[in-house]
Amino acid sequence: MNLTLNVWRQKGPQDAGRMETHYLKDISPDTSFLEMLDLLNEQLMGEGKEAIAFDHDCREGICGMCSLVINGVAHGPQRATTTCQLHMRSFKDGDTIDIEPFRARAFPVVKDLAVDRSSFDRVLQAGGYVSVNTGGAPDANAVPIGKEEADKAMDAAACIGCGACVAACPNASAMLFVSAKVGHLAHLPQGQPERTRRVGAMVSAMDGEGFGNCRNYYECEAVCPKDISRDFIGEMNKDFRRAALGGR
Amino acid sequence: MNGLLASLGTSIGRKMVVAVTGLMLLLFVLAHMAGNLQVFAGPEALNSYAAKLQSLGPLLWAARLGLLAVFGVHVALTLKLASENKEARPTAYAHQTSVQATSASRTMVMSGLLVVAFVLYHLAHFTFGVVQPGNHELVETLADGTTRHDVFSMVVLGFQNPLVAISYVVAMALLCWHVSHGVQSVFQTLGLQSARSRDAVRKASLGIAALIFVGNASMPLACLLHLVDIPSGN
Ligand code: HEM
Ligand code: FES
Repeated sequence: MNLTLNVWRQKGPQDAGRMETHYLKDISPDTSFLEMLDLLNEQLMGEGKEAIAFDHDCREGICGMCSLVINGVAHGPQRATTTCQLHMRSFKDGDTIDIEPFRARAFPVVKDLAVDRSSFDRVLQAGGYVSVNTGGAPDANAVPIGKEEADKAMDAAACIGCGACVAACPNASAMLFVSAKVGHLAHLPQGQPERTRRVGAMVSAMDGEGFGNCRNYYECEAVCPKDISRDFIGEMNKDFRRAALGGR
Repeated sequence: MNGLLASLGTSIGRKMVVAVTGLMLLLFVLAHMAGNLQVFAGPEALNSYAAKLQSLGPLLWAARLGLLAVFGVHVALTLKLASENKEARPTAYAHQTSVQATSASRTMVMSGLLVVAFVLYHLAHFTFGVVQPGNHELVETLADGTTRHDVFSMVVLGFQNPLVAISYVVAMALLCWHVSHGVQSVFQTLGLQSARSRDAVRKASLGIAALIFVGNASMPLACLLHLVDIPSGN
């Protein structure tokens, strides 16, 4: 495949940045998107130019490190798929592909396509602890949890914290991420003692990081590589409403 | 952060106020429409309904001020949220697209501001009588010799002007557009829908929006087409 790539280049956080066009020839459709960028970087270095910085780690779709907004869609055109698991067969020979970083005030660009997502870590920290009894290891299944509840907790816990929800939201809102983190504990007995405090603390931390406000567009759900449902946002809103009204 | 007041300082708390005020505005729109539909029942029905409202005196003014406050809070908060949202993404994407957001959801500020413009025009037209002063001065003389504001004739004659009638129909299309996202959004914002109910909520939202359009647009259109007309001999 021959491709035209418009890639965001930005020297550092203070640089204004701009799109830069590169051409890549003879790419196999079985190449992954990140391998394609590796090949582009080899080509650039061969020409004595600086390689393009982008984030990645596991390349197995589990760590949440890869990012990229590809033709305007976070993690590219394939639903429920991280950029590292996206392959060039999702594109056509001769395509022009626009590649940009996740854009949000709370995700400042470090360099080129790499952004700083540590705001997510701080929101998680604000969530605090869960209470667990000390002593000997508890028996397996000592705390019975219904299958439906366990499934919901697992669905929320599938969030890998990549930040695609923020990147895709027209308002750069982090509600899907935060609601998944609130949700996985809200569906388990271990999450109950701090449930009310947790939702308030995490929402305040989210606001403090400068994410935008949810307007129920559901673009987040459409790009989430783990298919986290908008229903978790509704559930978090409900928890928040109860906390605000003094109930639980 | 517990407590109602503290929650108003957060994104979700403010969104909930937008949702509640939006719901109140929606209830007003529905009640207003139900009252006005009496235009189809003729002059006596509409004019005595209007006279009854006027006779409420201070109560009417309390309702008007309350409505104004609700409207003001809804507009002020949504504009504040919108400006925060703009700040949350300082650099726009070079390639803009959306996967599943509806166009109605993406144009809430635009449709809302156009509704503000319509409300001002509507008040100038029928409440303050600035748009068509002649029609606004019409009075009806009752059998016992007393007079009252002839709302029926004001409305019917007003809508016989095609420009006026069409502007109302267009405005109702915009309101319908706004509410089609608005109602379902309320259920999500207040955490009142679940995976099971959300499709029904979405359909109900579209249904209420359609109802508002059909009900409200039917009045200017009926007058324009003389389906509702000034009784002959008047
Ligand atoms: C009769 C008039 C109106 C009705 C019935 C109405 C109703 C609603 C409803 C039900 C919502 C959903 C709340 C939610 O997101 O949970 C909403 C949202 C919104 N309304 Fe209105 N509204 C009206 C007028 C206006 C006006 C005049 C504006 C002017 C700016 C406006 C701007 C907005 C915006 C921007 C949102 C989205 C808020 C957000 O999610 O950030 N609305 N409206
Ligand atoms: S690199 Fe780990 S999820 Fe993509």
